[in-house]
Amino acid sequence: MQDVTRKAAGHSNRIRATRSDRIFDTVNILIMVAILIIIIYPLWFVIIASFSNSQLVTTGKVLILPKEFHLQAYRKVFSDNRIMTGYRNTIFYTFAGTFLNVIFTLSLAYPLSRKDFMGRNLIMGIMSVTMFFGGGLIPTYLVYKQLGIVNTFWVMILPGLISVYNCILMRTFIQGLPYDLQEAAMIDGCGNIGILIKVVLPLCKPIIAVMVIYYGVAHWNSYFNALVYLSKKELKPLALILREILVTNTTTASEMESAGGAESQMEMQRIAESIKYSVIIVSTFPMLCLYPFVQKYFAKGVMLGAIKG
Amino acid sequence: MQKASKTPVKRYGFRHDLRRSLRRNWALYLLVIPGLLYFILFLYWPMYGVIIAFKDFSPNKGILGSPWATYRGTVDIFKHFKNFFTSIHFYRTLRNTVQISLYTLAVGFPIPLILAILMNELQNQRFKQIVQTVTYLPHFISTIVLCGMLWIFMRSDTGLFNILRGKLGLPSISFLNDGRYFKSIYVWSGVWQNAGWGTIIYMATLSSLDTQMYEAAMIDGASRLQTVWYITLPCLLPTAIMLLILDCGSFMSVGFEKVFALQTDLTLEASDVISTLVYRKGILETSYSFSSAVGLFNSLINCFLLVTVNFISRKAANISLF
Repeated sequence: MQDVTRKAAGHSNRIRATRSDRIFDTVNILIMVAILIIIIYPLWFVIIASFSNSQLVTTGKVLILPKEFHLQAYRKVFSDNRIMTGYRNTIFYTFAGTFLNVIFTLSLAYPLSRKDFMGRNLIMGIMSVTMFFGGGLIPTYLVYKQLGIVNTFWVMILPGLISVYNCILMRTFIQGLPYDLQEAAMIDGCGNIGILIKVVLPLCKPIIAVMVIYYGVAHWNSYFNALVYLSKKELKPLALILREILVTNTTTASEMESAGGAESQMEMQRIAESIKYSVIIVSTFPMLCLYPFVQKYFAKGVMLGAIKG
Repeated sequence: MQKASKTPVKRYGFRHDLRRSLRRNWALYLLVIPGLLYFILFLYWPMYGVIIAFKDFSPNKGILGSPWATYRGTVDIFKHFKNFFTSIHFYRTLRNTVQISLYTLAVGFPIPLILAILMNELQNQRFKQIVQTVTYLPHFISTIVLCGMLWIFMRSDTGLFNILRGKLGLPSISFLNDGRYFKSIYVWSGVWQNAGWGTIIYMATLSSLDTQMYEAAMIDGASRLQTVWYITLPCLLPTAIMLLILDCGSFMSVGFEKVFALQTDLTLEASDVISTLVYRKGILETSYSFSSAVGLFNSLINCFLLVTVNFISRKAANISLF
């Protein structure tokens, strides 16, 4: 924005940058470059370490570029049953969960946006209370057990089905749409469901995009529910597998296999190290691929939230 | 329909309005039912379950069937609370929670503001775009991957941090096994991940400012530093105060996932917070009632804080959540 000012000034009588301004700019750029390095370097290091000989990585020989390039770690990751099952589970939870999230949030947000819908304040009240007070972990656990969803895939989808915050965002967005359109449809004899599907839904595309990203990222990254409610191996999401590999250092199935083989202890440990780096890349890759496309929507969501606040 | 309900000459009673709303908007009520059911089943039902905090819960007897908490033969429904208040956990978790929250607030609040101001001052639009894109990026990395990276980087001898320390001739430190470093690691990794993301709201505020202010200041001979101090900063202040209030509201809720993924038995003294205690006691050690009591205590404090902060902010700055 200041750039514009500068350009405008540049036409006729350009205000020359003073010495102090030039110093300010230089320092500012230096700070920014430092910040860029701090942010990018750890990520870059993970990437080069995943392709390098892990012995060189752990002794500090790999710092800028990969050395002794190989894909062995990736081959291990993609042939590891535990990781691949986790991957499949996470994809399923994310897609199914997000789909249901959006549908249920919309179907609750739309009536709440209508001023002629009596009882909307009561429902808003019921929802708001849950933002401030909850049963806590153990009572929730007992209830889920009673509902029979512990150790089934439902426990990864149903809890958190509707986020109060997201629902309010959506309601605010719909309220911001011109109401005349809905009225016109009503006069033409369209029912409430028809209005929702034919009039409101097409106009909601931007907010639905925001919702998909919010809910989707949350599903992709969540591990708390899985940690507490899932113990079946075949249901565990990727995040939980990552925790086992990265944090609690549980050896992977393929490592066990190789332990029986001719590979030495050292070799095993080396591969285990490489796997850590490559599994980070493999699990984060889909998010980073989506990132450039969704970046603008994310910002939009933050702004919508701010307007509400 | 909205207008139609406002126009009638005669005012109808509440019952009449409700009947009409039900008749005309039955489909809307139908739409709301699944959502309401969700809130009742998954959020309100557990709320009723908190009474086990006052009972000696046994899974065989169920929530209602379990007897009230008894201490030496006499009923003392606050037994579990008393146990918590007198245990070593009480002071430790409370202290850690408050310290982590304060630390996060002190560091995590000003940094995005400063970053946004600096980013806004970048003259080259392309470079500014790159800085924005890169600083937002870590926000997309999941908590568990971030913690995994920290575990790898912080390991003694072979971790990146210690390799770099070694190059400077410094001794290797096992950062994550030493309680002294826990809070700094927690807070600064959070800054690394979220500082860029936190600038979005400020950048949006800045982009809606009137450029004439800057032009006028420049014509009057203001230096860049002066325009930052006298124009940019005051313009960002209302947004900043609002965010500060929101941050204060979530003061006592230090997230479980990150703390849990970073703590070890060696650092519990510095890293144990209420949510991790609830998990350990409840899920791992199955002391259901004790854990519920701790959780209820935390919920009550959070609730109290939110309401208080909201009240103060409404009075002082006319900003409120509800």
